[in-house]
Amino acid sequence: MQVPETFEYERASSVEEALDLLERHGEEARLIAGGHSLLPMMKIRLAFPEVLIDINDVPGLDQIRIEGDQLVIGAMVRHQQVLDSPLLYEHYPVFRDAEKVIADPLVRNRGTVGGSFCQADPAEDLSAGGAALGGSVVIRSKGGERVEPMRDFHVGPYETKVGPAEMLTEVRFPIRPGAGSAYEKVERRVGDWAVAAVGAFVQLDGDTIADVGIGLAAVGADHYIVPEAEEALRGKPATLEHLQAAAQLCHDNCAPTTDQRGPEDFKRHLAGELTLRALKRSIARARGEES
Amino acid sequence: MQVTMKVNGDEVTRDIEPRMLLVHFIRDELELTGTHWGCDTSNCGTCTVWVDGEAVKSCTTLAVMCGAREVHTVEGLAKGGELDPVQKGFMEEHGLQCGFCTPGMMMTAKWLLEKDPDPDEETIREAISGNLCRCTGYENIVRAIRWAAEHPADDTSEVTA
Ligand SMILES: Cc1cc2nc3c(=O)[nH]c(=O)nc-3n(C[C@H](O)[C@H](O)[C@H](O)COP(=O)(O)OP(=O)(O)OC[C@H]3O[C@@H](n4cnc5c(N)ncnc54)[C@H](O)[C@@H]3O)c2cc1C
Ligand code: FES
Ligand code: FES
Repeated sequence: MQVPETFEYERASSVEEALDLLERHGEEARLIAGGHSLLPMMKIRLAFPEVLIDINDVPGLDQIRIEGDQLVIGAMVRHQQVLDSPLLYEHYPVFRDAEKVIADPLVRNRGTVGGSFCQADPAEDLSAGGAALGGSVVIRSKGGERVEPMRDFHVGPYETKVGPAEMLTEVRFPIRPGAGSAYEKVERRVGDWAVAAVGAFVQLDGDTIADVGIGLAAVGADHYIVPEAEEALRGKPATLEHLQAAAQLCHDNCAPTTDQRGPEDFKRHLAGELTLRALKRSIARARGEES
Repeated sequence: MQVTMKVNGDEVTRDIEPRMLLVHFIRDELELTGTHWGCDTSNCGTCTVWVDGEAVKSCTTLAVMCGAREVHTVEGLAKGGELDPVQKGFMEEHGLQCGFCTPGMMMTAKWLLEKDPDPDEETIREAISGNLCRCTGYENIVRAIRWAAEHPADDTSEVTA
């Protein structure tokens, strides 16, 4: 039987209260959202916080909305809400593509956007999708609020810019009219973490790639990105030749490792191939040829 | 610490350790052993129950996190001695063999039908993708859920009345 180490439990009913509790209990306290990354780690004693602060009752963090030219997703929005959101689908189908292949419906009913980004697992699908889109992350502390670029948020595997007495409240993505986006993932079986996965968006100006973003999961790309590949596409015609060159750069510049999900060379192959597929689908969507 | 929640409509209060998982609270504290406990690693789905109307894996939820919430287990499916259409569907279509996965399957199936009363085969297969079955090959489970969709409670009540 897997049981976590003992801990104290607190429930916060507002962001301020959560921050107060974090401050009062110090470094050994942790927030718990869906608990679907944290509890499995606590059950196998990879994590043993002394205090858990439950933020499921904190109001106002479960909204998906538009604010000016930004799409805003609250930290307590569940995977299922992301999957079902017409607003997100309208602007960025990459979210629906990714959510369809994140875990299973039961996990998606519980796991949150905030928990996904803060867990910062190198195989996290939303983090890779978020890295593709860029945007920003809003972090609250008792001193106030700060906004960090999405691509700086992940400091390394399982490490983010969120400090001990801080909390992620929302993530924001710039709306890019006419952009297409897509997510491509290979997993060993339904519901599993990625062997490799790639998210992308492409914004076209006629047949020229005006802007592009690529995010890679599970292949050891720093901050989930390979900027060289994006650079190679910006301002270029959207031809197969250019897409293949960018895919090759992702293949060459990621750093996968061999593990139970597959050998290094296979993952590298996938990084290239899935980049190509994600770009092609993004372009097809930008042109209105695919929904 | 003391925790109070509603389980199948009844208020229950227990004094438990915060680390107690919901599945153990249900099985050991409340002695509702219909909810099964399998992999313990959030994969098999046999521990599926509802928390505030959403189907979740109770081995990956703390009981204290369900304080002041509503939990539903397989024991709550039948109403007034009348089996739920989902339960009847599993009987009619032979949706189980050993029965180990069945409580979780039925709780997920019921959750699906609440959201989508007329799901097609693909939708059903997607919905139960977090529930593993070692026996049936899933064919009859899918048929059982379709049966339930085709025989909602109001239609079937008179058959057995
Ligand atoms: C069986 C299974 C399969 C899965 N498969 C996939 C998959 O294929 N792809 C994938 O991407 N994910 C997968 N996941 C992970 C799933 O998406 C988790 O739900 C998600 O990673 C974490 O969300 P959570 O709300 O459960 O976070 P929690 O477990 O509650 O928290 C995770 C971490 O984030 C911190 N945290 C949470 N919220 C905040 C906040 N607002 N501010 C600051 N810190 C916070 C917590 O303190 C903790 O350290 C899987 C999980 C399971 C159990
Ligand atoms: S026991 Fe909960 S998912 Fe297997
Ligand atoms: S009937 Fe035996 S596991 Fe499903």
